[in-house]
Amino acid sequence: MKLLRTLTATAALALTLPGVAQAAGEAGHVHDYNFSFEGPFGAFDQNQLQRGLQVYSEVCAACHGLQYVPIRTLGDEGGPHLPEDQVRAYATDFVGDVWDPTLLDGEGDFRPATPNDHFPKSGLATAPDLSLMAKARAGFHGPAGTGLAQLFKGMGGAEYIASLLAGYTGEEKEEAGTILYENTAFPGGWISMAPPLYGDDVFYEDDSPTDIESVSQDVAAFLMWTAEPKMMARKRAGLTAVIFLTVLTALLYLTNKQLWAPVKRAAKETPAE
Amino acid sequence: MSGIPHDHYEPTTQGEKWLHRRLPIVGLLYDTIMIPTPKNLNWMWIWGIVLTFCLVLQIVTGVVLVMHYTPHVDMAFASVEHIMRNVNGGHMLRYLHMNGASLFFLAVYMHIFRGLYYGSYKAPREITWIIGMLIYLLMMGTAFMGYVLPWGQMSFHGTAVITGLFGAIPFIGDGLQTWLLGAQAVGQPALNRFFSLHYLLPFVIAGLVIVHIWAFHTTGNNNPTGVEVRRTSKAEAERDTLPFWPYFVIKDLFALALIMIVFFAVVGFMPNYLGHPDNYIEGTALKTPSHIVPEWYFLPFYAILRAFTPDVGIVMFTSWITGGIIDAKFFGVLAMFGAIVVLALAPWLDTSSVRSGRYRPMFKWWFWILVLDFIVLMWVGARPAEGIYPTIALIGSTYWFAYFLVILPLLGVIEKPLPQPATIEEDFKAHYGKDKDTAAAPVASPAE
Repeated sequence: MKLLRTLTATAALALTLPGVAQAAGEAGHVHDYNFSFEGPFGAFDQNQLQRGLQVYSEVCAACHGLQYVPIRTLGDEGGPHLPEDQVRAYATDFVGDVWDPTLLDGEGDFRPATPNDHFPKSGLATAPDLSLMAKARAGFHGPAGTGLAQLFKGMGGAEYIASLLAGYTGEEKEEAGTILYENTAFPGGWISMAPPLYGDDVFYEDDSPTDIESVSQDVAAFLMWTAEPKMMARKRAGLTAVIFLTVLTALLYLTNKQLWAPVKRAAKETPAE
Repeated sequence: MSGIPHDHYEPTTQGEKWLHRRLPIVGLLYDTIMIPTPKNLNWMWIWGIVLTFCLVLQIVTGVVLVMHYTPHVDMAFASVEHIMRNVNGGHMLRYLHMNGASLFFLAVYMHIFRGLYYGSYKAPREITWIIGMLIYLLMMGTAFMGYVLPWGQMSFHGTAVITGLFGAIPFIGDGLQTWLLGAQAVGQPALNRFFSLHYLLPFVIAGLVIVHIWAFHTTGNNNPTGVEVRRTSKAEAERDTLPFWPYFVIKDLFALALIMIVFFAVVGFMPNYLGHPDNYIEGTALKTPSHIVPEWYFLPFYAILRAFTPDVGIVMFTSWITGGIIDAKFFGVLAMFGAIVVLALAPWLDTSSVRSGRYRPMFKWWFWILVLDFIVLMWVGARPAEGIYPTIALIGSTYWFAYFLVILPLLGVIEKPLPQPATIEEDFKAHYGKDKDTAAAPVASPAE
């Protein structure tokens, strides 16, 4: 029994060592921003997505791409939901000309982009594509690396992006010929991306605040949409399924109870021999 | 089919008789669905239905996903995004398939630990247990190969790690790994063959599931008492059992519906909770993720794999005695596969004559420590191999082996079991007889 006690104690100790995990990791600090799309009933804020699209187009798109996102989806419900003419205008005005290998009998040529084309790829080789960035990063890993915090706070991808954009301290250093910028959210603390936002980087038509933190959240929300464009449809389907299954479960519970009642009654009335 | 006496199908109409003489398929289905089932099965006996549902769910969603997926290293990742964005309902199909794998493994672990607690593996059900273990191994293979298909960073580097396990085998390892991958490194040949096998293996599993059901329909179900159904006469058997339809079908469907609520809540509201963010980055050999972590259901065995580092005594000893042939890496691989082998050998390692853990006072403790051990290993498997974690993993792994190789054989000798009920009927009556209102005056049974 001594071994038993030892093992129980070890297991108990193992479960109460959350501090160790935090100390071991050098993950940056991710602020738990409140986004409108969080939780089972959360929804994208259409105006915020449109502002985020503007930030992406005017700032991020200089280096980064969104290669998996078709331009036409800007008009989809549950997204920025731009009117059709604005989607067309976005394709021709923002994306401009795209290379089409089927033109000129297979020789290929440039033509004006249409809503059926995708956003361009990253212009800069070292700038990662942002289509899925909000799902390719997670914000909350605790406690003790179990990730249980994500149950309550969400995966934290959008929070990570917003924290990163607002997380520059202004410090920089040179390492092996590259300038690195100190960032409180980036794992390791030093990132090679120069601060993209300085405050008032964009002009919003709806007079929303344009300070770094607000703009960061707007573009983070937009990137959550590019990563998960069917989020609204998914949550609706999930909710419908849960409601219908709850009704089904209740009916099956009653059926089962009814079915077994005579069997259980018989067991009660004729006591064990 | 069953050894328990019960009514068999009798064709009545001319048409039924005609068919029955040529192909007794209705009789087979009737006997299968009407099998006498112990009355006293508790809620841990519902996982079989959940598992069957999972297999069907995975095959149905998988077959549709394949219609839109492209198994090419340059297009696989994009084709998954195509499913997520352009295919009608594609995002739901993929999330159902992704999370369906997790439900599958949750159910199989509940099913396995239920078998361990109630001694379902003991004679005469060893074949059922062994077939079950084969299904479990195939499930692991299928899940791993399915995880490769989206061709994300974890897919790519996970493939390198897992095939590397075979590379650790002395002498033939390198050749074996190359043979498995179809190339020196992870690439197009590996993706193609994993795709092929990922489609094939579920059907092999389906075949084994039929054998699994056949085997336990021959021996009859185990039950929480571990006491066998009386089978000297049909009348006696009927006092211990109820037909599977409708009693257990409805009960199982109720449990399944309840589990589906949780499942659809996960799929609808947090479908990526159990996944790894790195798999949303396209796989590339140029960049390795900082921590390569398998899916949660592999973590306990991944922890065992990593627990045996070169500085562990037994590893050093084995390495020395084998002249370095079994090094730490190969030792880890042997330990990981060994952990599943000892599980499969449980029917022969458990020496106790008592089947159910309910009547084994010492066994109970060790069993629950094993459950805790499994959870701790799962947690430590996801942690980086530094600091205190390798020590925890080593203690956890040692307990896993000690449970099967030392504790189970010894307990049968030293433990004094509690008295068991004589029959299932007695257990069932004892359970429902001691209802709260037994003190109240007996009510006349209502006319029905």
